[in-house]
Amino acid sequence: MSTLLEVSGVSVTFDGFRAINNLSFQIGEAELRAVIGPNGAGKTTFMDIVTGKTRPDEGRVIWGEKSVSLLKMSEAKIAQAGIGRKFQKPTVFEDQTVQENLLMALKKPRGWLPVLSYRAKPEDLDKVAELATEIGLVDELTRKSGELSHGQKQWLEIGMLLAQEPRLLLVDEPAAGMTPQEREHTTDLLLEAAKTRAVVVVEHDMEFVRRLNCKVTVLHEGSVLAEGSLDHVTSNQEVIDVYLGR
Amino acid sequence: MLRLFLAGLAILLSCVMATAQEGAIQPLLQEHQAVIAKSSRKTIGPAIDAIANSGLPQAQVVLETWAAKSMWMRKSDGLLFAGEKAEDKSYHLTDFDTGEVVGTFPKKELKQLKPNSGIRAMIGTALVQFQLLDSDRAKRQDALTSIQRDPEAALLAPLRASIKPEPDADLKAQKRRLERLLTIGYDEDTAARIAAIGEMSGDLGVDVRATLNPLVATTRNIAPGTVPNGVNIAVILVPGEDSFSDAEAYDLLVAKGFAPARVTADEMRHRLAENIEGGKVGGVPVVQLDEEEARARAYAALAEAGKVPSFVTSAEIHSALTSYVFYETYAEPSAKVTTAAQSALDKIALKVGVNQTLDLTLDALSLASIYFLAAIGLAITFGVMGVINMAHGEFIMMGAYTGYVVQQFIPDHTVSIIVAIPLAFAVTFAAGVAMERLVIRWLYARPLETLLATFGISIALQQLAKNIFGTQARPLTAPGWLDGAWMMNDVVSISYIRIAIFILALIFLGVFLFIMKRTRLGLETRAVTQNPRMAASMGINPGRVNMLTFGLGSGIAGIAGVAIGLFAKVTSELGNDYIVQSFMTVVVGGVGNIWGTLAGAAMIGFLQKGIEWLNPSNTLAAQTYMIVFIIIFIQFRPRGIIALKGRAAGD
Amino acid sequence: MQRSFIAKNPSVLIFLACLALFTLMVTIFSEGFGVGMISTSFVKTLGKTLCLCLIAVAMDLIWGFTGILSLGHFAFFGLGGYMIGMWLMYERTRLIVVESLSQTEIPPTRSEIVDAIGNQIFGVVGANEFPLIWAFADSLFLQLVLVVLVPGLLALVFGWLAFRSRVTGVYLSILTQAMTLALALYLFQNDSGLRGNNGLSGLQNLPGVDASQDVVSLWFLWASAVALGLGYLLAAWVVSGKFGSVIRGIRDNEARVRFLGYSVETYKLMIFTLTACIAAIAGALYYPQAGIINPAEIAPIASIYLAVWVAIGGRGRLYGAVIGAAFVSLLSTWFTGGQAPNIPLGFYTIKWVDWWLVLLGLSFVAVTLFAPKGMGGLVDYWTQRRSPNRHGANLGPNDGAMREQEASK
Repeated sequence: MSTLLEVSGVSVTFDGFRAINNLSFQIGEAELRAVIGPNGAGKTTFMDIVTGKTRPDEGRVIWGEKSVSLLKMSEAKIAQAGIGRKFQKPTVFEDQTVQENLLMALKKPRGWLPVLSYRAKPEDLDKVAELATEIGLVDELTRKSGELSHGQKQWLEIGMLLAQEPRLLLVDEPAAGMTPQEREHTTDLLLEAAKTRAVVVVEHDMEFVRRLNCKVTVLHEGSVLAEGSLDHVTSNQEVIDVYLGR
Repeated sequence: MLRLFLAGLAILLSCVMATAQEGAIQPLLQEHQAVIAKSSRKTIGPAIDAIANSGLPQAQVVLETWAAKSMWMRKSDGLLFAGEKAEDKSYHLTDFDTGEVVGTFPKKELKQLKPNSGIRAMIGTALVQFQLLDSDRAKRQDALTSIQRDPEAALLAPLRASIKPEPDADLKAQKRRLERLLTIGYDEDTAARIAAIGEMSGDLGVDVRATLNPLVATTRNIAPGTVPNGVNIAVILVPGEDSFSDAEAYDLLVAKGFAPARVTADEMRHRLAENIEGGKVGGVPVVQLDEEEARARAYAALAEAGKVPSFVTSAEIHSALTSYVFYETYAEPSAKVTTAAQSALDKIALKVGVNQTLDLTLDALSLASIYFLAAIGLAITFGVMGVINMAHGEFIMMGAYTGYVVQQFIPDHTVSIIVAIPLAFAVTFAAGVAMERLVIRWLYARPLETLLATFGISIALQQLAKNIFGTQARPLTAPGWLDGAWMMNDVVSISYIRIAIFILALIFLGVFLFIMKRTRLGLETRAVTQNPRMAASMGINPGRVNMLTFGLGSGIAGIAGVAIGLFAKVTSELGNDYIVQSFMTVVVGGVGNIWGTLAGAAMIGFLQKGIEWLNPSNTLAAQTYMIVFIIIFIQFRPRGIIALKGRAAGD
Repeated sequence: MQRSFIAKNPSVLIFLACLALFTLMVTIFSEGFGVGMISTSFVKTLGKTLCLCLIAVAMDLIWGFTGILSLGHFAFFGLGGYMIGMWLMYERTRLIVVESLSQTEIPPTRSEIVDAIGNQIFGVVGANEFPLIWAFADSLFLQLVLVVLVPGLLALVFGWLAFRSRVTGVYLSILTQAMTLALALYLFQNDSGLRGNNGLSGLQNLPGVDASQDVVSLWFLWASAVALGLGYLLAAWVVSGKFGSVIRGIRDNEARVRFLGYSVETYKLMIFTLTACIAAIAGALYYPQAGIINPAEIAPIASIYLAVWVAIGGRGRLYGAVIGAAFVSLLSTWFTGGQAPNIPLGFYTIKWVDWWLVLLGLSFVAVTLFAPKGMGGLVDYWTQRRSPNRHGANLGPNDGAMREQEASK
């Protein structure tokens, strides 16, 4: 299995506080990975670094088979390279319809000129309808997404990510605030997505992680504490100490 | 015959009087009587010198009387007296030597001597040597001032002589200094002049430069062939090099009459118009003369016919330029003196430069403190609370008008300012609280809407002020003890009002730090700003805190308004002039940090003065360039000079 | 789902029809046409109002749709006016100069004419030479190109600097305001080459046109109407497609747009430059009707008024901007022109010339607080569109994001 993303020796400091400390992390193509860790372990900052929102003080972030460095690229360029991100809070464009949201996310040229002259073709609309079916929003296509329920927004966001056709999906706490049924649906979506691409899920909820049934990385104080199957890491004494306190 | 007799009699008489009264001045006056009576500036010189140098004690009185137009000549014998008006167009005459009244004569028997202003000036110069030794200190001071005003070679000797007997230390120093300056300008001994130049070369006084500059002043000259000997040449000019163009050189030749003038385009047109014959000029149809080339052709034809002076060709210009040598000469003939003067001036220029930098620094510091004053209220409302208040400038204006209104009721300026400051705070505090309660609190998460709403308030307040106070500027007068300036030397000075504003800015800084770091309100403000929900859950009432903080920022703007009103005109647009700069100060400095505001104010103040120094004629351009600079600066430090880092600042 | 652009945006057609009807009515009742119910000066006022509506459309694009509260668009408007004013003034002065020089015995040369024009134009600021920026003033075509090019380039450079450093929200507003102030101060100088605070004048006279102002004012009215129609159409087309989705996304949540792979900075820069060009065209049509342009027109306050019009009309909807600009500027003319009746209160008489600005300022506060939809809200009331109930939450985290009350379900 070839490596898709390699993060090595990355550190970030905010006003003297070391949020990420010599972190190294690898993920291959078509792999599902859960990242867990207590509050302040650096999970969100880790995602910020990969997506280009935060620039690390040191370290390398290498992407793809051509081994390009992501550190010099803008957020938009990184996203175009194939890294999609789902935020903790559902962030969709609430003043626009579900269809508009999905059309915007659809993998198409991102430059202003093609976008200006872009008019949706029938196959694009079919693709959107197909995605909407997958995320269970096919009946809501013409509704403003601001009116959707919390869970629906989460799915719409996942749908937008899928529309982007990224090679790596970073998902931040997808199950937060969901009902059990919604969770189940979300799990299915993620498992389905991970068949064709790499997916990194940051999650608090151990039940949810267990259901994903994948390799787990435990972060603590900005670096990797343990890695392996969920059972393996939960039996690790250090991890127990970190989670339960000493 | 009779006249001859009378003259002889007069001489005889004078001889008799001279013998009868040792040291009488009348004979001297009689000797020059004709010249004195003629009263012509060209011939009077020797007479004045003779009187002044007679060594007689009466000389001063004579000269003073003469200058005051009170000297009369008795027509009968030509004797001169001091006259004083009596009744019936008659005058009492007083003898200069005895000081006694010799009698009263009707005006028709007398002739008043009315020296014109030129002669009076000469008499004044002659009098200086007496005044320099006068027993009255004020008179001596006047004499010195008059010498300073127009120095003259003749005054050097009397000035030198007067130094030693001078009892007053201050005057003595002044005399010494003046003596040095006169030595530089007029002493006959070159070595003495050079020595004096050396002594004064470190002096910043304007008078020193005024003395030295004429020495190194140059004039442009032309000589055929080679440079003449015996002149003090500053530089030999080569046409076409440096700042001396060929055209300039040729114009100089023309001006001195060495070469014929070139035909200007205008002249050519005139000549052509004069020579129109049957729709043609020199064979060229008039309608074609809208081309330079056709005109030249027509003119050449006319010149050939001898009707107009011919063109000066460039070859002629060239040959004229090569056959003459161009140079600049000093008016001062001694090369040693000019060299010394030049080096002294260079030294002074360096020192002046240093001092000007100091002066500029003071100016910039004062401008920075004004910006700081204007911006500190914003540092609270915008910097700490994050509320953008476009009416901030109008709060400054309200403060200034409060000061003006107080002065209408309390005439004493000191007392009125003392009353105005707390009153201005109260007025703008109330206005700020009202605005926060009525408008801003509904828009806390909406900065752009806040901007527009407060802008609405701003235009309403401005127009309101116009309606109440009118459009003309109202005076806010500073107390007398703030008038004037602190002069460190001839170059560096700063007005007291600016010092006061600087001090006020420091006080504000202290107050701000105290409130934010040491008081309950400051703590609560910081808590509410950072996390309003958490603060509320800890028993802090965010509404109350926001209201008070906003009122505080507004109140400080009011006090700043009083201070700014003291040196700027109080108009309804006062706030407008400061609002953008104030926001710039806060933004450039770094939001949320008072030290940032201070740094921002310092940067903007120094920058503006610096740009003004580079282009002193144009303060508008200075402001333009400053804003452009700020826009570029924000490229490199988008969060300001002192930036908060980390996630808190980012999201 | 595949419908034509007009069918998807019926409001565009309604707007264009209204505009055409309006222009036709004014033409028929104008003095130039003969009926004379509308005075020429009022025709000019209406023509100018159309130009203001056009810049309001530009403002709505940048603020209502992209969420950038630019306080600098009047600078572009003024620059456009200056560019066309340069040609108008040059050409008119040239005609006068040629006329007067033709009286002389010797016909003038080219350079003599240019010198005389320079003397005429710059005598007032104590100069007589043409500055470099007047290099193309003798060519109508080149000056027309400059109308778009100069403000466009300024917008491009400024926007590139500002957006690149990720200045957003109120900071960007202040920065644009500073840019406007800098430009105004620069133009106020006598050696700016544009006659300092005298500005350019006599622009109402079209060189080489003998028609009376009655007719010329109609020409400009038509030109303004056409420009407004085209501008509106362009704006509606831009916001209707995916580009519109992207810029509205930028308005509400620009970080999300960025993570979708769109280069937010480029989009902002494009829309900023485009609106600057529209503003410049509006200015180039406005100032020949106003007759004079000077740096005071560019002062930051003018751009803030522009934001006020859009807000009063209702931002985020193009017709709102047009209604706001037309309504407020005409009302303002009415009040400040002394036509509004004074209100005697016994002890004090309210003269609207003095009190109009106070009223405007306060009504603006009221609109911001109580009617964020502005006058466009009336349309919603009529079409029964309602706002979502989001418990006071905005539609996105950005400063410029739609407010709950502004959005529609």
